[in-house]
Amino acid sequence: MNSQPDNDHQQQSDNGCNHQIPNQNHKSEHGDRPGMQALPMPVPDPPIQYTKLFISNEWHESCSGRKIPVYNPATGELLCEVEEADAEDVEKAVRSARAAFQMGSPWRSMDASDRGHLLNRLADLVERDRLLLATLEALDSGKVFLMAYFVDLMATIKTLRYYGGWADKIHGKTIPVDGEYFTYTRHEPIGVCGQIIPWNFPLMMFAWKIAPALCCGNTVVIKPAEQTPLSALHMAALIKEAGFPPGVVNVVPGYGQTAGCAISHHMDIDKVAFTGSTAVGKLIQKAAGDSNLKRVTLELGGKNPNIVFADCDLEYAVEQAHSGLFFNQGQCCLAGSRVFVEEPIYEEFVRRSVERARSKVLGNPLLPGVDQGPQIDQKQFNKIMELIESGKREGATLECGGSPWGQQGLFIQPTVFSNVTDDMRIAKEEIFGPVQQIMCFRSVHEVIQRANATHYGLAAGVFTNDIDKALTVSSALQAGMVWVNCYNAMSAQCPFGGFKMSGNGREL
Amino acid sequence: MLHALHSIYTGGREFRAEWLHLIGQTYQPVECECRPRANMQFIAVQAVSLFINNQWQDAVSGKTFPTINPATGEVICQVAEADEADVDKAVKAAHNAFRLGSPWRRMDASHRGLLLNRLADAIERDSTYLATLDNGKPYAVAYTVDLPNVVKCLRYYAGWADKWEGKTIPIDGDYFCYTRHEPIGVCGQIIPWNFPLLMQAWKLGPALATGNTVVMKVAEQTPLTALYVASLIKEVGFPEGVVNILPGMGPSAGAAIAKHMDVDKVAFTGSTEVGHLIQQASGSSNLKKVTLELGGKSPNIILSDANMEDAVEQSHFALFFNQGQCCCAGSRTYVQADIYDEFVERSVERAKRRVVGNPFDLKTEQGPQVDQEQFNKILGYISSGKREGAKLMCGGGVAADRGYFIQPTVFGDVQDNMTIAREEIFGPVMQILKFKSLEEVVTRANDTKYGLAAAVFTKDIDKANYVSNGLRAGTVWINCYDVFGAQAPFGGYKASGNGRELGEYGLDNYTEVKTVTIKVPQKNS
Repeated sequence: MNSQPDNDHQQQSDNGCNHQIPNQNHKSEHGDRPGMQALPMPVPDPPIQYTKLFISNEWHESCSGRKIPVYNPATGELLCEVEEADAEDVEKAVRSARAAFQMGSPWRSMDASDRGHLLNRLADLVERDRLLLATLEALDSGKVFLMAYFVDLMATIKTLRYYGGWADKIHGKTIPVDGEYFTYTRHEPIGVCGQIIPWNFPLMMFAWKIAPALCCGNTVVIKPAEQTPLSALHMAALIKEAGFPPGVVNVVPGYGQTAGCAISHHMDIDKVAFTGSTAVGKLIQKAAGDSNLKRVTLELGGKNPNIVFADCDLEYAVEQAHSGLFFNQGQCCLAGSRVFVEEPIYEEFVRRSVERARSKVLGNPLLPGVDQGPQIDQKQFNKIMELIESGKREGATLECGGSPWGQQGLFIQPTVFSNVTDDMRIAKEEIFGPVQQIMCFRSVHEVIQRANATHYGLAAGVFTNDIDKALTVSSALQAGMVWVNCYNAMSAQCPFGGFKMSGNGREL
Repeated sequence: MLHALHSIYTGGREFRAEWLHLIGQTYQPVECECRPRANMQFIAVQAVSLFINNQWQDAVSGKTFPTINPATGEVICQVAEADEADVDKAVKAAHNAFRLGSPWRRMDASHRGLLLNRLADAIERDSTYLATLDNGKPYAVAYTVDLPNVVKCLRYYAGWADKWEGKTIPIDGDYFCYTRHEPIGVCGQIIPWNFPLLMQAWKLGPALATGNTVVMKVAEQTPLTALYVASLIKEVGFPEGVVNILPGMGPSAGAAIAKHMDVDKVAFTGSTEVGHLIQQASGSSNLKKVTLELGGKSPNIILSDANMEDAVEQSHFALFFNQGQCCCAGSRTYVQADIYDEFVERSVERAKRRVVGNPFDLKTEQGPQVDQEQFNKILGYISSGKREGAKLMCGGGVAADRGYFIQPTVFGDVQDNMTIAREEIFGPVMQILKFKSLEEVVTRANDTKYGLAAAVFTKDIDKANYVSNGLRAGTVWINCYDVFGAQAPFGGYKASGNGRELGEYGLDNYTEVKTVTIKVPQKNS
C-alpha cells in the first residue's frame, strides 16, 4: 500500500513480505526479491470471464437487460460489456443478503474463527490469481500494471488476512454494573451492508469494504464503480470458490444515480459505506436521513497539505512529495496536493520537483518502465484540464506539463505549479490528477493555520528532522492521518479516515 | 467411529466445530486413507535429535534415552537427551535470533502471523501422521480433538501478531506518551506429556506472535511430535534460532532453563510441586518472568434440577477424557443429595461401558496411562481410596496384561478429607461426593489449594450465577465441561498457576510494556 512508485517493486517481494527478511534460506516464494528474479508480466489477452451480477453466489442478468460498456482508458477501446444493476437488481441482492443474515442461517451460526478462515482462504485465492487480477486492474483502470501487482494486490491480500485474524477477537465486555445485576456486551453484526466503492483502487477498495464487514459477520451488497467492475466480479467468483455461503456477498455493478441511489435509500439496508466524492457523500447521508436512518460511514475527498521544513532531507522530501501527489495518476483521495515548502528551500525544492516530474515516463500501463498511465475517463480528464487552465488564469506559475499527452488515450502530462496562493481554485479544489501545487511558507504557526484552512481533513504530511516540529505540527493538523517523514505509508493495521468533510468513521 | 465418538462426547457440544468437520469432511477419510500409520519405527527415525538453530544436533554428552510406547511397554526409539550444556547452546541461539537488527526482530508483525498460519497449514497437512505419533491417547481422539485444536490455536495467534497494540496516553504536562508492546526475549517453555502437541501450540502461538524466541523442553515421555513440528517450523521459514526444541529430563534440562541467567521468561505446565521449583529457580537466578499452569482438583457440581442424562455423560467425560490425565479433570463430582443415588448408578453404568484398549482401534475410548510411574501412582491412589473407606463402585484394577492400562474406576461415598478427594490422581478414577445446599457446596468446592477449573450443572439461571461467581477457579463451565477455544483464556487461581494462556490475555505473558514519554513544546488535546 506504500506508494512510492519508483522503488516499490524493488522493495516488495511478490508475496507481500517486505524487504526486511534478508537471510531466510527457504523457497523462492518467501524471501526472494523481485530484483533477483524476472519482474511479473501481465497475462496476455486476459480472459474476461465474469460480466454478470453476482447475487446469492449465482450469476444473474440485469432485470432491465441493460449493460455497461467497459473501456480501456489507455486506448479508448471497448473491453467488454457488463450487466447493469438497477433498483430492481439491488432489491434482489438485498433480499439475498437478508436471507443470508437470518437467525440460524449458515452464516449466522458459523464459528467466528471459521469466518476468519474463509477470509484467509480468499486471500490465498487472490494470491493465486494475482497476475490475472493485476492485469484486469491495469486494463480496466489504466493504472500501471506493476503498481497494481505490487501495491494494490499486496494491500488486498494483506487486508483480507488482517481481518481474517480479527474475526474471533472482537470482544464484548463484562461490566461491573451497580446493583444486583450482571451486565455484558455482545458485539453483533449490523446486518445487511450496502457498500459503494470508487474506481481509483477498485480491488483494494473492495477488500477494505468487504473484509471488516465479513469479519464481523455482516452480509454485503456491494456496488463497484461503473468504470471498473471487472476485478470486483472476479473477486465474486473467488468468494464463491472460497466457500462463503450464498447471499453473504452480492456484487452489483451499476451507476451511482440508479444502483447507488437505490442502495442508499433502501429501507432494508442497515448500513451504507461509501468511498468517493464529498458531493456524493452528502447525498448518501441525506438518503439515510430520508429513509431508515441506516448507519453511514464515508471516505471522501481531500486537499491534503504536505509540509516540508528547511531542516529536512531535501532529496528525500522531493521524492516523497512527488510520489505523494503523482501516485496513481494523481487519482488518490490522499494525494498531497498542497505542498507547503519553507522559504529557505522553496526555490530549490521547486526546481528539483520539476526535474522529477519531467522524468516521469508515460505510456501503456502494461509495459515495464512506464510509471504513469491514463486518467480514468473523459469526464475526469476534462475536469483536470479545466483546473489546469484555472491555475494559469489565476496567476500560478506553470513550471512544467499542463497539456494532454500522446495520440490516444486519456493521458495528461505531469504538471507542476509554483507560486500558488491559498485562494486559487487549484489550492482549494480536489483535482484528482497529476497536478502538483507548491506553496511557500515562513513559520510553523502560519503553515498550521493555512494547512487547516480547508473543509477537508483527510491526510497530511510533515518533513522535518526536528522532533519538536514533527510533534507540534502532527498534533495541530486537522487530518485523519499524519505522516512524518513519509507519505502514503498505509497498512491494514492502521486506521484510515477523515476529519471534517473528508468523511465519517475509520476504515482499517 | 462416529458413534463411538458420539458416546465419548455426548451431545458433542464441547467440540462442535470439530463435529462439523468430522461429519462434513473428515469422517470418511478417518475410515479410509487417514488411518493411523502403524510403522512407528520408521516414523521415529525422522526426528530424534535436538533442534537448535534450525539444525538437528546430538546432545553434547552424547546421551540418549528411550521413548516407550505405553500401550505395549516397548521401546519406540532412542532420542537425544538434552542437558545443561545443550540448554546453553539453545539459549545462545535464541539470544542471537533476538538481537536487535536480526531477521526476526525486523520482520513485519504481519509476516510473523503469516509464518504461524503456514505452520498451522503444515500441521493440518500432516495431521494423520502427527496423530499417530502421540502418547497412547486414542488415535481417533488425537486426530479429531488434539490436532484441530493445535491448528486453530496457531491460526488464532497468527491473527494477533499485528493486532497487539500499544496505546498513546494523555499524560499530564507537556509530554507525549505512548506504550510499545515489546517481546520479552528468550522464553524457556517446559511442557508436559498429556497433550504434547496442544501444549506446544499453546506455548509457541503467543510467544511467536509477540516476537519472542523460544527454548522449549518437551516431556521425556513424549518428545516425538514436538520434534516433528520442529521440522515443520524450519520448513515454513522461521529464521534460525527462533524456536529451539530440546527433549530432556526435568531435573537436568528443565532445571537448567529455569535457573538460566539469559532466559528472560519461563513458562511451565505441569505439576504444582515442580511449579514451586520453577518459581524458586527464578528467584535465585535472574528474576525471570514466570507463568505457571499447574495441577487441579476441580469440582464439578451437579444440582438436582440438572438434566440427568446430560450431566452424567458430561461428568464422565470431564473425568475420563484423556485417560484422566487432564489438569482440569473434574475429579470431585459433587452431586445434590436427592439425585445422588441415581447419578452414581448411572455413572457406574457409563464407566463400565467405557471401551479400553488399543489406541489405534477406532472404537477405543481409553488408552494406556503414559508410563509406569503414573500407572503405579494411580493404583496407589485407588488403594488409598479403598483403605480410607470410599466405596469402590467399579473398576479399581489393571485392565490388560501388558502396557499401562487401568480400568475405569468410580468411587462413591467419598468424603472431603480422603486422599482421593484432596490430591490430583491424574488417572481414570472418579470421585462422587454428596451435598445438600448451594452454600455448602461452594464452601467445600473451594476448600482446596487448587483453583484451576470447575463446573456447575443446573437449569436455574440464579443458581448458575451464584455458583459460578462463588467458585475460586480460573475457568467455570456451566452445563458443559472441558470446552476449550483458543479465544478463551485458561489458567489457575491459587496453587493452580499464575498467568493465563490462550485468548488475548495469553499475550500478556509474553509482553514487556515500554512506556515512552517525549517532551513536547506545547501539548494540545
